[in-house]
Amino acid sequence: MINFSYTIWIPLLPLLMFLFLGLAGHKYFPKLSGIIGTCGLAIITILSYITAYKYFFTSEKIDGAFQKLTAFNMVWLQFTDKLHIDMGVLLDPISVMMLVVITTVSLMVHIYSLGYMKGEKGFERFFAFLSLFSFSMLGLVLATNIFQMYIFWELVGVSSFLLIGFYYQKPSAVRASKKAFIVTRFADLGFLIGILILSFNTKTFDFITLTNPTGTAITQGGGAAFLGLSIMTWSMIFVFMGGVGKSAMFPFHIWLPDAMEGPTPVSALIHAATMVVAGVYLVARMFPIYSIAAPVALEVVAYVGAFSSLFAAVIACTQTDIKRVLAYSTMSQIGYMMLALGVSGYGGHEGLGYMASMFHLFTHAMFKALLFLGAGAIIHAVHTNHMTEMGGLRKYLPITHMTFLIACLTIAGIPPLSGFFSKDEILAAAFEHNKILFAVEYAVAGLTAFYMFRLYFSIFWGKETQYHHTPHEAPYTMTIPLMILAFGAIVAGFIPFNKLVTSDGKAFESEIELMIAIPSVLIGLLGIGIAYIMYKKENAIPDKLATTFKYSYKWAYNKFYMDEVYLFVTKKIIFRYISDPVAWFDRHVVDATMNGIATVTQTVSFRIRGLQSGQLQKYAFVFVTGAIMLAVLLVYLWK
Amino acid sequence: MSSGIPLQYFLILATIMFFAGVYGFLTRRNLITILMSVELILNSVNINFLAFNRYLFPHKLEGMFFSIFVIAVAASEAAVAIAIIINIYRRFTTINVEDVNEMKY
Repeated sequence: MINFSYTIWIPLLPLLMFLFLGLAGHKYFPKLSGIIGTCGLAIITILSYITAYKYFFTSEKIDGAFQKLTAFNMVWLQFTDKLHIDMGVLLDPISVMMLVVITTVSLMVHIYSLGYMKGEKGFERFFAFLSLFSFSMLGLVLATNIFQMYIFWELVGVSSFLLIGFYYQKPSAVRASKKAFIVTRFADLGFLIGILILSFNTKTFDFITLTNPTGTAITQGGGAAFLGLSIMTWSMIFVFMGGVGKSAMFPFHIWLPDAMEGPTPVSALIHAATMVVAGVYLVARMFPIYSIAAPVALEVVAYVGAFSSLFAAVIACTQTDIKRVLAYSTMSQIGYMMLALGVSGYGGHEGLGYMASMFHLFTHAMFKALLFLGAGAIIHAVHTNHMTEMGGLRKYLPITHMTFLIACLTIAGIPPLSGFFSKDEILAAAFEHNKILFAVEYAVAGLTAFYMFRLYFSIFWGKETQYHHTPHEAPYTMTIPLMILAFGAIVAGFIPFNKLVTSDGKAFESEIELMIAIPSVLIGLLGIGIAYIMYKKENAIPDKLATTFKYSYKWAYNKFYMDEVYLFVTKKIIFRYISDPVAWFDRHVVDATMNGIATVTQTVSFRIRGLQSGQLQKYAFVFVTGAIMLAVLLVYLWK
Repeated sequence: MSSGIPLQYFLILATIMFFAGVYGFLTRRNLITILMSVELILNSVNINFLAFNRYLFPHKLEGMFFSIFVIAVAASEAAVAIAIIINIYRRFTTINVEDVNEMKY
């Protein structure tokens, strides 16, 4: 048994960093905060790598399976003997993998921000928030029980809110941060309800007890039924609702595109690589329950994921803001991961989807962080977000160009880059389970290649745009993370995930299935080809297509009017028919009663205040008169 | 001795004194006179105490003691009242009770 108790420092160190930078940074070392934060993160990155190495290669396996280890545990809130909330560190394949993903991407983003945020107002505040985010995200993935996960889940939401609203003087950023917080918070309500139902039924919060496939929680949990579904299914659907909110799946996706108001490194870290996959991680964490006790809920996961990925891919084809294109692409790729989980079974080769999902999560973190950081370098160079105002940048930004191209090829699924492997596993899993979902994902793969290369060609090729001043390549602090991530995007595909991260911890055999791999590469190439024809040189085809399919284009361009639907539902229906009458009742009945009492008291007081004249003898007269009257009463009437 | 005088006479005298005191208390404007009226009221009560004690419970002494007690209290009350009156005079340069009306709405 190896001692893993040092892993408690992995989340604690960023917390200390946050307190240190947040409290002292502004006053004593505003310039040095970035370096300090980055060094702190570098330490935990090294710790995470050591942990991963020790866990995967030297820890003992029982029956060929990786064990779930509780490296640290303490009772945090003790309510009764049975009801207590713990804080701890749980190590199992997915949490160790997430450790690596989070610390790697976070470290890259830290280094990148040293260059990107240089000279910005609130530099030290930015790094303090980044540390807070790293702390919450690490706490989330290392949670030993579902309640700890929920607490860190909310903390992640808060740090996301703080970072989206980093430019708090910009009204659009403030609006976006509020929107993100409220939408995810609303979804988290479902998560909380799910937790309560689940733990009420199973009498435990602990993940190891909950997800033991032969334990009582799974085998006996699904007894009672409600509306034709077992209680277990209901609770898992509610838990999934939290995941839908955090992972920006339909219908709670509306916050993600707006979240791009935050600084670009934040978009890369939170809204592409780590936080948004929390929903996927949640489903993966609870996977044995979904798979064995609540298969209907797992179907829901699959269909929500598939629909979201198609929906987002269509929208991404029409957007012109590069960060928004990437945001929708993120949503689409997370849809892939959800779908892969949804079509997976438990154990052995059946768990191909689970493995594929985690694999894609890993590779996606690399290439999506790379894409966002590349987009940040482009925005840094040309000072605009709109790809219509860009073009021909390949000459000015050679490093960004190369790394961006690698990322685009990766996400399009071109071998031998990592995206090819993970996407292929997902398609294979979908093919085995459900042909319709497979067809949807197959189409999405083509769309993905198309919109990514539409972006690529219009930024780096296309028309020669005149810039106010010649764009210049970003500083080394920004290009080095790009190169490291590009390296990661290339080689991540060769990590044998089927040996390491599987649904039951045991290794299984899987290989590239040519019958699926070849068509998926072909459709990727087809997408790239169409984008090449339409956007390589400036021409009239895109505009012509847009006018031919005027209505469908307009619908997609306006994101299928989802924001408007939400506004309609909230403003026109909820506000008008529920909030307004309630507000009216509050103002005109509750408040009015209180105001009425106050008014009556005041009027009466004004009327009778003349009695308080200050004339001693008037008081005495009243007193004597009263005394005499009482005496008369007592003597003559009190018989 | 006093057995010749009926109880009613004492009570009538006390009543007259009492209402004279009340009347003075309510109508006089000079604080000293008001204080004197208060003394008059107290003394009418003393007479009542003594008369009732003598006629109703001749073998007991509570009424006597109580009247002595009232006299003592009246003396100290006069001392306090005059001290207050002196302070009022210093503050308002008058002891007319109608002019001392700061404590109103």
